[in-house]
Amino acid sequence: MPKGKKTTLNAIEKPAAFGPDLDLGAFKRETSPWPPCTISTLPEDIVQRALSVGISTEEKERAGTYFQIDHSAILQTIRKTFSGKAEIMTTGEALKKYRWAKEYWWKIVAADTDKFTALAKLKWDQGYFIRVLEGQKITIPLQACLFISKDNFNQNVHNLIIAEPNSEAQIITGCTVHPNVQSGLHVGISEFYVKKNAKLTFTMIHNWAQNFNVRPRTAALVDDDATFVSNYMCMKPVKSLQMYPVAYCKGANSRVRFNTILHGNQNSHLDVGSKVVLQGKGSRGEIITRAIASDNAQINARGLLVGEHEDSKAHLECRGLLLSDEAFIHAIPELVGKVKGTELSHEAAVGKIAEEQIQYLMARGFSETEAESLIIRGFMDTSIFGLPDVLKKDTERMIDATFGGAL
Amino acid sequence: MKTLRIEDLTVEIAGKRVLGGVNLEVPEGETHVLLGPNGSGKTSLITSILGFPSCHILSGKIRFNGTDITTMPTDERVKLGIGVAFQNPPQIRGVKLGDVLRHLTRRKFDEVKLAGTTNIPVDFFGRDLNLGFSGGELKRTEILQLLAQRPDFAIFDEPDSGVDVENLEVIGKAINEFLKNRSGLLITHLGHILRYLKVDKAHVMFYGTIACSGKPTNIINRIMKKGYKWCERCPKVKRLH
Repeated sequence: MPKGKKTTLNAIEKPAAFGPDLDLGAFKRETSPWPPCTISTLPEDIVQRALSVGISTEEKERAGTYFQIDHSAILQTIRKTFSGKAEIMTTGEALKKYRWAKEYWWKIVAADTDKFTALAKLKWDQGYFIRVLEGQKITIPLQACLFISKDNFNQNVHNLIIAEPNSEAQIITGCTVHPNVQSGLHVGISEFYVKKNAKLTFTMIHNWAQNFNVRPRTAALVDDDATFVSNYMCMKPVKSLQMYPVAYCKGANSRVRFNTILHGNQNSHLDVGSKVVLQGKGSRGEIITRAIASDNAQINARGLLVGEHEDSKAHLECRGLLLSDEAFIHAIPELVGKVKGTELSHEAAVGKIAEEQIQYLMARGFSETEAESLIIRGFMDTSIFGLPDVLKKDTERMIDATFGGAL
Repeated sequence: MKTLRIEDLTVEIAGKRVLGGVNLEVPEGETHVLLGPNGSGKTSLITSILGFPSCHILSGKIRFNGTDITTMPTDERVKLGIGVAFQNPPQIRGVKLGDVLRHLTRRKFDEVKLAGTTNIPVDFFGRDLNLGFSGGELKRTEILQLLAQRPDFAIFDEPDSGVDVENLEVIGKAINEFLKNRSGLLITHLGHILRYLKVDKAHVMFYGTIACSGKPTNIINRIMKKGYKWCERCPKVKRLH
């Protein structure tokens, strides 16, 4: 047996560094395949859920689409205008089609990291390969939907995203479940390669179910003068979600930014962080997190900046808002400077809505409910994220759906 | 009748008595000035008029236009026509000044014109409320919000502190113009703003109550010249102490 396989097998028992441990045997793997089809021919309840995670059914709003239900990739298309500029296929196909693809496979995420990475290696269910070709600017977003249709099901995807030199693209990934699904486990490995002078904006939106478990494992390698922006949103209940994506600013003048919006509600346990490792000359990183905890939610909001180059700089900002006395937010910002000259900083604040702010707005004629809603909505102000317009509208619509109303 | 009438008001904040037996009446169309040293209870009186939950009313009544508002929630008092420009407004991240102005006016308004009345750049409308505003900008945006709200009864809590000379004139004239057809209560510690305003009556607060009331010119001139030390020698104040 090759050594890699053996260490992976050994890791299948290894609990993750963070988040509640799970019994992998508790989830079903068997399912019947879904036949290929278009989004418009999918059942309405699936379409509605896909819409809730930023997936557009309007072909003209997206440059290309990947759609996977359970183990089956049902749709991989690129709009005609963008053919020859970007590629979308399953990672299985990509590994067959391109011999070089294996140079990117399990290279920045290690299969033996924990039981979830091991599971994704041993029981791999496709995932998407998206490649933006050299010099191409994809002006409207590419989208991918990872969907689970069966209760208590386990889906393990492995995605590979490559932005070739001088390319530019936005990718929206929505992950969600059928309304009948209550429990299950989704593991998603994502490896991002942002090459010289490329710019990739990746937005992931999650909408799970009350007893559902989620373990994404993500890494990005960012080359000279390249920019990687990762936006993450999870506003709906989940049993446990643990992820700690890392971006390596390997190239000179590489830029990385992680924007995270979390709303923990009901009994959700969220352990979410972002890491930036500054390795290149002039590399810059930024992590911005907004977390709201209501009901009995528990949120660990982590952040880690590692400065390995003397000309590097990064900042981490985490703000948490407690809307319930039973909820809990633990902000854990960490800075590791390994060389002199690196500049790392953080600010973190956790608290409830200040009474003073409510009173002030009431003195401007807002009712108490309106004032709270305005403050929460303001707390979730996404204008600081610098999102592209098309995403800005989508995220604001989702935040309004959760917290708006009064206004 | 747009009148504010406070009767024998005694208030505790965080277990401490901040107002004791305050009587004050501001009849329709009049502007009164409330003077007093730091800590004498001026701001507590305003938060009590607004009905902030931190103000526990032990006794007394607050009436506005004949309605007893003593136990009314803040937003309802505001809807009746009371407005306040605060001394130290809180910062609220993500809530834009423009959001509040639009709510107050409840209609489209000429942003440039409104901003001009208190010399505020229009781009402030897109900024987070009070975040990173200078002392003078805070005062000017507070007054701006009051002008947008157009309350029948306007209260200004130290609109002149921290404001430079040029803006003091802008603010003073804006307030004076605004109060022409309204009633108002103006709180000032230093009295600078009074150069630009016509006031009908002055009250001096000491130890949580109104120690004396009278013609503004007499009281203001004395205090401006001799400070509150002059008041401390007054038998009325001595008796309170």
